[in-house]
Parts: sequence; structure tokens; C-alpha cells
Amino acid sequence: MSRTSKLALIAVTAALAVLPLVTSDFVTSFLVTRILILGVAAASIVFLFRYGGMVSLAQFLIFGVAGFMVGNATGQAGSKGLKLGWDPWVGALFALGVCLVVALVLGALASRTSGIYFLMLTLTYAVIGYYVFGQVTNLSGFGGITGITPPSFFAGHPWRLYYVAVGLSLVVYLGFRSIARTPFGLALQGTRDDPVRMASLGFNVPLHRTLAFVIAGFVAACAGILNIWWNGQIDPTSISIGPTLDLLIIAVIGGISYFGGAWLGAAVYLTANIYLRNLPLVGLIGITEARFNTVIGIVVLLIMVLSPEGIMGIIDRLRRGTRGMKPLAPPVARVGAD
Amino acid sequence: MIGLASIPFLLVLVWILFLARGTPAGPAVTNPGRFLVTFLDAVTVAGLFFVVASGFTLIFGLMRTVNMAHGSLFLLAAYLGITLQQTMVGKTRNIEPADVSMASWLVPLLVGALVAAVIGIVVQQVLLRWNEGQELRQALITLGVSVILADQMLAWFGGLATRMIWPGAVTHFVEILGRRYPTSRLFMLALAMVVGAALWVWLNKTRMGMIIRAGVDDRDMVRALGINILAVFAVAFFVGAFLAGFGGVMGASFAGAAPGADGQWLLNSLVVVIVGGLGSLKGALAGSMLFGFVVSFSPAYLPGGLTFYSIILTFVLLAVVLAVRPYGLFGRPE
Repeated sequence: MSRTSKLALIAVTAALAVLPLVTSDFVTSFLVTRILILGVAAASIVFLFRYGGMVSLAQFLIFGVAGFMVGNATGQAGSKGLKLGWDPWVGALFALGVCLVVALVLGALASRTSGIYFLMLTLTYAVIGYYVFGQVTNLSGFGGITGITPPSFFAGHPWRLYYVAVGLSLVVYLGFRSIARTPFGLALQGTRDDPVRMASLGFNVPLHRTLAFVIAGFVAACAGILNIWWNGQIDPTSISIGPTLDLLIIAVIGGISYFGGAWLGAAVYLTANIYLRNLPLVGLIGITEARFNTVIGIVVLLIMVLSPEGIMGIIDRLRRGTRGMKPLAPPVARVGAD
Repeated sequence: MIGLASIPFLLVLVWILFLARGTPAGPAVTNPGRFLVTFLDAVTVAGLFFVVASGFTLIFGLMRTVNMAHGSLFLLAAYLGITLQQTMVGKTRNIEPADVSMASWLVPLLVGALVAAVIGIVVQQVLLRWNEGQELRQALITLGVSVILADQMLAWFGGLATRMIWPGAVTHFVEILGRRYPTSRLFMLALAMVVGAALWVWLNKTRMGMIIRAGVDDRDMVRALGINILAVFAVAFFVGAFLAGFGGVMGASFAGAAPGADGQWLLNSLVVVIVGGLGSLKGALAGSMLFGFVVSFSPAYLPGGLTFYSIILTFVLLAVVLAVRPYGLFGRPE
């Protein structure tokens, strides 16, 4: 990690630590907690893309599976789903276990493809998952599960959940960055750059991709559990194709090759979603919050046309430009280009 | 490998023919009428899948562009077709099939498909022409287009489900083994077969088709031979988007149009091409048939009480095919 990014990380962490003292409850527990949770989920997309060259749309599915499993495990009589009535902590462990199995199966099935095929296949997973939870009424049904209670530790103390989200974000950010230098991380980056050569060197390419997918699935599941504790309800529409693509859009806006971009993208997306209507002039040109998606679509188009590496890519280019260094080749533009 | 892969299909066949007791339909040998009707359902819906997915696979095969806006073009043409039909018939609600002449179905079909094709070619020329080969960037650009289109369609056409009405001339029933079967579905199949035949002739018997097939195999070689491949790309994108729109108006008559249908039909195209193999017309045909059979047979031939698991069988189909052939039945690795 360079000195600048170390300083930036320390500054951001310090700011997050004192945030509840200086802002309203709405900002910390409604906006920033959500930014952190979605940032963790988006970081699992960045992880798969940056080290494995896989663009996964299944991360939000696993995020949702975690939520549904918590709901099924902890639901009391009278709620939807399996109503197992377990302790919330046990329910969370159960959800993590199910998500690991789901990620292992889906990852193994997709592990012989990469790049754009991986994107299509995982999009198919996501949509099938939506229908599974919609149609299999034993697990949820289209009405979804409501009234899911978090562990009593969090009850009435929204800032506790906030600090857990801060801690998880920090662990995930540092963990993902440090994987790059492990033997597994190096081999994974090898399979991204030249799978044929890695295979002939004796590396099991599908196994590396599957393991990466399981790690990413674990992280997405952790975010999904925090989300269900924060939200208390989940229904299939919340994991349908729209929100699934939104998570990819978050990663793309921030910069799909940069871990920091995951949280940055989530911050931009959610802040815009809430505060766009307050901007002056926005009402004059006929954009109301009802047309938020048009604005987001235009933002995605602009980013893809002008700087496929997202906001972090722009920052990186400016920094390198001022020091007379050549900008890094943008990996997004490289996928499929050679 | 093919021998191994055919085992699940044989097991399914034996189940449907002899063993399927306790299912909504019952074994085919005791209830042949239901079997035949389910079979026709499968083939007719496969026809619609084929029309939409062949456009997707044509664009991907030649340009390696995953058009995430394919479903949006489908839905846009559907809405335009419905609006035009309402204008031609002169009513906005309670349109009876008897009100609908052949012209007030075919004209909206062609207009809807042409508008989709024009939007497709504009998107390709403005947003995709200059970044050829950058697969992820192109997929994300069309993703942005699809988000904008979906939101604008919600603003213009509202959130309620609407539908296109089949022309009165094809809204009858035929009797098949004692069961009534709607002719509109057979009409849809016939249209799909005409589209398929036209595509086959175009790709196999014309000069343009020859260039496209060569381009699928090796773009750079075609370019090196002095052929203007950028013009060929534009034509292929036009035809691919036209097919999305054509399928959209058919689909609006078959199942209606509503917000969310764009994602649904993007998924249908994806399943077809992932199963069949990307970029091949044969693959699109095989994928459509398999997918059509799964969606039609699983609600009828799963044991009662399990029928709502039928969506999982779509996933099983994907899993079986991908386990044997990671790039689909007729696909080839890069």
C-alpha cells in the first residue's frame, strides 16, 4: 500500500469512528451503515474481477440468500418461511454455512468459464435465484419474510450495528488487499492473465476460480447478514434483476478494479438516491426522484465512455498525471481486447 | 461424452412416458392428449425463444457484444406495438380479437420491430462502434442503455400490464386428441419458423450471410480481405435488434407486456444461448427447444406438490449442459 493510500485509509477510518458523534442518527444509521454494507458486497465483485477476471452478478444473490436463511432460521411461528425459531446468532452461522455451499456449487459450475461468459452465467444464477425464492413458498414466496429480529445485542442501539459495519468493511478491505500477495492470490492472478499457461504449469485453474468465488461468497454473505439485521425484512423483489444490476453499477461507478471504489460507489449511489431531489435546478430540467434510474443509467454510460475505471480510475489518473507517470492501462477496456 | 450426457434425457423420457403417476398430467401412455398438448406448448414457446435469442446470438457471434439491452428492445417494441394496435383499432381497452384485422396486428409487428432495429443501430453506431472487442466495456454500456430505457418506458407506458391482441383470424381452437388447442399458438410457431427459415437462407445462401459466417470465425481475416466489416456489423446489429423487437410484439400477444419483462426476456435469451452455445444459430435452435421443453413439461410432469420447484429444473438444465460442455452444446471456446 502506498503512503497516500495508507493516510487516506487512516483518515477515512478516523472519520467513520467519530461520525456518530457529529451527525444525525439518520445519516449514520440510515445512510452510512447502508453504504458500508453495500460497499462490502460490492467489494466482493471487485475482488473477483481484480484478481480473477470474473465479472460476477451472483454476489447480490448470495447477499440475499444470507438474508433469507437468517429469516428462515430465526422466524417464529406466524412468520413466513421455515419458522425454525433459532437464536439469531445460530441463524447467522447457519446462513453463512448455506451461503458457502451455494457459492461452492455455483462457483464450481461457472469455474470453467471467465470474462463475459461468467457475467452471463452469473446473471442467469441471479434471476433463477429470484424465481426460486418467489415460487418456493416453503422458503419465502413473493411476499417475503418480515419481522426478522437481530440479536438482542443490537436491539435499540443502531450505532452498534454501525460500528460492526465499519469493522467488517475494514477487515474486508485489508483482507482482500492482502490476498494479492498470498500464493493463492498470485496463482489466481495468473489464471486471470493466462489460464492456459497456468494450467500447463500444473495449477488447477477451475479450483482457483471456485475458491475465489467461495471467498467472495463468504464476504457477500457477511454483508447480507448485516443487511438483514439492519433491515429486518427481505422479499424476492429485493434480489431481482434490478437490484442485482445496481450492485454491479455501484462497483462500476466507484471503479471495478479498485477496492476503495466499492465503498465510494456505494456512497455516491445511495447519497444521490436520497439527496438528488434537493439539488437546485434538478427540478427545472424535469428530473424528479422518480426518474432516478435514468440519471444512474446516464452516469453509467458517461463513466463507460469517458473513464471505464470509474471515479477511482479518474483519481488515480490525476495523481499519476501530476507526477509525470504513465496511467495504468485500464483493465476494463482490456477484457476481451487482446 | 454425448453418450453420457444423454442418460439424463433418457431418464426424463422414461419418466414422462411411463412412470409419471401422481403428476398433474399423468404418464403419457395413459394420457396421450395431455402429452401432445404439453409437447405443442413446448414447441410453440420454443419458437418464441428462438426468435428473440437468435438476435442475441447473431450480435454476440459476430461482434462479441453481450447486448444487455436486448430485453429492453423486446419490451419497447411490445409497448409500441400495443399502442399502435390500439390506435388502429380505435379503442384503448376491451379490444376483442374480432376487432383486430390481420393488418392491425402485422403493421404494429413490423413497426415495433423496425423501431427496435433503428434504436439498436443508433446504439451500436454511437456507443459501440469505437470500442470493438472490449467485451466488458460494451456489456456495461448496453447495461446503462437498458437502465435508461427501462426507466423511460416506465415513465411513458406506465407500470400496468397490457397486452397485444392476436388477429381474429387466428383466434380459434383446433381439436387435438379431444383437447382444444388455441390456433394463435400455432400461428406463433409458424411465424417463428418463417423467421428461422429466412435467417437460415440469409446466412447460408447470400453473400452477406457468407461474410457474416466468415466474420464469426475470424473477424480480422475478413477485414484483411478488404471487406468493410464495420458495415457488416451495423447490418448484424440492425437484424439482431429487429429480431428482439419482432419477438417483443409476438411475446406481447402471447404473454402481455409489463415492467420487468425486459429482464425476463434477457434471462430467456441468456439461458437459450448458454445452453445452445453462443454465436451459433443451430445452438439457438437447440437451446430454445430444450428450454421450451423444460418450462412446459416441468409444471405438468413434476409430482403434484412439487410443481413450484419447476424453476429449479431450468437451473438443472443449465448445470447438466455446462458440466458436459462449458461453452454450450454448439459453442466453441475462444
